Amino acid sequence: MEVVKIAGTDDTPEVKIDPKKGIFEFSGRSLPEDVLSFYAPVLQLIEDYIQKPAKNSEVLFRLDYFNTASSKVILDILIYFEHISKEGHNVEIKWFYHQDDEDMAEAGEEYSEIVDLPFEMQVYRH
Amino acid sequence: MKKIDFKELVYQFHQDMLANKFTLVYEGEITHQITKAFTTLAENKMDSYSEDASVKKKVFHVMVECLQNLSKHAEDLKILRNNGYSGSGIFIIGKVGEEDENYHVLTGNVVKKTKVPELEAFLDKINSLDKDGLKELYKKQMREGTLSEKGGAGLGLIDIARKTGEKLEYNFIDIDDKNAFYTLRTKILKK
Repeated sequence: MEVVKIAGTDDTPEVKIDPKKGIFEFSGRSLPEDVLSFYAPVLQLIEDYIQKPAKNSEVLFRLDYFNTASSKVILDILIYFEHISKEGHNVEIKWFYHQDDEDMAEAGEEYSEIVDLPFEMQVYRH
Repeated sequence: MKKIDFKELVYQFHQDMLANKFTLVYEGEITHQITKAFTTLAENKMDSYSEDASVKKKVFHVMVECLQNLSKHAEDLKILRNNGYSGSGIFIIGKVGEEDENYHVLTGNVVKKTKVPELEAFLDKINSLDKDGLKELYKKQMREGTLSEKGGAGLGLIDIARKTGEKLEYNFIDIDDKNAFYTLRTKILKK
């Protein structure tokens, strides 16, 4: 599987997927005009990946903003990884948030309560 | 046909906007481009009086969710339009004539009366919950809900209540035996 990079825009996140290394990265803003059509290819890639995952998977979220429709898709992504974690594969979620952004910190905590995956919360300043 | 006095109409509209402290009033179809334009406009306006970053973020958030709720009703309204109703909904942002300087986002759109009881029950449920209750409802809805074809996840209203910490003020006005006009007012407190 090839490395996939989708450039970010004002309302869609930058997506980087490296299946060989097992690294998945989402950064920026997510409020696509059509959430389903933006994320469908991404979810397909993840679905393919979990059939034969790398030894270690790392999923990074560095989001500044996401709308409620995107919040549902983020949960769907996490659930895919929860499956392979249950099968014994190593999965680590890294959730980045700005030090002033309480909402983003809280969102990360909520996801960590819903799915059974190791979550690492990472605060950044600039 | 009744003759319209345009100068009077424009002046009156201008006066009403000022009196109610409306920044923006829009009636029509909500597209993605319009959502982007309105949020940018509101952000620029708030920048011009150095609004607090967290208030700006809340206003942005509420605007996005309200506009998306309106746009999701567009399909219903195409049918309604053929029956004589026009417009997809009204969107207003401003300080809404209050003594305080809080921001208000107001929306209005036509809904089928058959959908009113469900919507009303959902709004009442949201209003009955405290911070933790809303958090649990949001998590439950995320787990159990599915994205509709129009990208709705039933999360917008819960999220608005959570982000603002305010009750959702809503009303239904009778239009005819099939339709009602649903209005929603969201308040975003200034720090």
